[in-house]
Amino acid sequence: MPDLCSKTRNPFTGVEANAVGVKVNDLSKKFGDMVVLRKISFEVEPGEIFVIMGPSGSGKSVLLRHIAGLETPTSGTVTVDGLDPSLAETRNRVRLALVFQSGALFNSLNVYDNLALYPREHRSMDAKAIRERVMHALKILSVEDAALKFPSELSGGMKKRVSIARALVMEPQLLLYDEPTSELDPVMGATISEIIATLKQEYSVTSVVVTHDRSLALTISNRVGILMAGRLVTLGPPDDLKKSTDPRIVDFLNPKIDIEHPRFKAFETKETEEVS
Amino acid sequence: MKQINSILEGVGSVVQLLVRSLSYAGTLPRQFARFIEQCYLIGYTTLPIVAILSFFIGTVLALEAGYAMSDLGAKEFIGSLVGLSMARELGPMMTSVLLAGRVGSAITAELASMKVYQEIDALVTMNIPPARMLVLPRLAAVLVMMPVLIVIANICGWFGGSVVAKYVSYVGIGPEAYFAALRHYTKFKDVVNGMEKAEVFGFVVVLVCCDIGLNTRGGPREIGAAVTRAVVTSLILILVLDYFVTKILL
Repeated sequence: MPDLCSKTRNPFTGVEANAVGVKVNDLSKKFGDMVVLRKISFEVEPGEIFVIMGPSGSGKSVLLRHIAGLETPTSGTVTVDGLDPSLAETRNRVRLALVFQSGALFNSLNVYDNLALYPREHRSMDAKAIRERVMHALKILSVEDAALKFPSELSGGMKKRVSIARALVMEPQLLLYDEPTSELDPVMGATISEIIATLKQEYSVTSVVVTHDRSLALTISNRVGILMAGRLVTLGPPDDLKKSTDPRIVDFLNPKIDIEHPRFKAFETKETEEVS
Repeated sequence: MKQINSILEGVGSVVQLLVRSLSYAGTLPRQFARFIEQCYLIGYTTLPIVAILSFFIGTVLALEAGYAMSDLGAKEFIGSLVGLSMARELGPMMTSVLLAGRVGSAITAELASMKVYQEIDALVTMNIPPARMLVLPRLAAVLVMMPVLIVIANICGWFGGSVVAKYVSYVGIGPEAYFAALRHYTKFKDVVNGMEKAEVFGFVVVLVCCDIGLNTRGGPREIGAAVTRAVVTSLILILVLDYFVTKILL
């Protein structure tokens, strides 16, 4: 990826981005009677890669949606660069992009128009510049051949890459990724990790990444938070996490496949004991 | 009590969407392509079914009127009955019902699936208000296309009546007599009143269908439920509004 690493020209922004910080303070979220997030607090420094890990259903994506301003907290606050991310004025001041787990591409538009929508709607550049920007982003993600295809014609992995390309075209100051490497082959997964790392190193874009990808989390992140049952159980640099002796974290990061004593049988035994 | 709350919430949501959409009215010129696309979908693709339906409504009106009036010796007034009925009531009403079923359901299905599959969330994070991009062009298009559809509906209905008046033996009124009565009793004001009604109905149908689509939550089953709710709500609103708008216009 020579263009991506070029110091002379930022392939996404053309100028150095002003990274922004995120502050989550005592955030709780309930859907009906179900508590999804419980008093979560942390800060993401400008230019940092902050990874959120946790078992499925632990509230990671809901937390990310709060940072993107797509959910309203039941209690507590979330601020991006000191501003409420759910307000339109904040989005006018801070360029924030979210890479959805499903891609969330516009099905009625082809790949090129999906990427060109943001600069067209915001009239931030002329048609020629838009074309250059879009094709460059597609090239970085190795999906330039799909420019004229519709999302329904793409594989899951291609949709994910197009979705990341669409986020890059937005010249983001804060990039939120929801499972960016799921559905990708190991090489493309590593490429995405490299892109996230390069954005930080070269252009100091702040990244918040929700992932199950251990190698992404432990290789490129500055800090990792682990969410379990809506609580942030640990937060720190990846090296600290590797040294953790907390059995929940050890088991989560290095799950052993034990055919002799499978986990589901342990759950069954526990349930039977509880009933009796 | 819960249902009243739900209705009031729905009204509030529709009003908010209307205000938000109108606040972006200045962006309409640069959304001209989207506006034309919606004119095509709302107007052009609805036109054949409107024409067919109106033609047969006209024929049935002429048949019924001919049957009832032939005993009274008032067959020459069939043209006036068909003319006025189509222009003032049946043209706008039936076109709006068709709009709800054909266009309204499609709008709700599209926006609901965009919502369910997070495309609306993507728009919000891109700072592109859905009210500006998805609702405003549709509202503008329905305001432009409804009068066109009404004119076509009226012409087809009147023509359908004239065919029956001429070729059904117990009616037996020639086109000259039929259209003379129609022209004599159906004034330009009646046609305009019908258009005004249709504008109100069409605008409300599109607004309500957009609102229900944008507020859909869940999965594919909820998309179907949203479409049903949008069409039923639209039909009820057309009937309720019909009374009040007619009362105001009379």
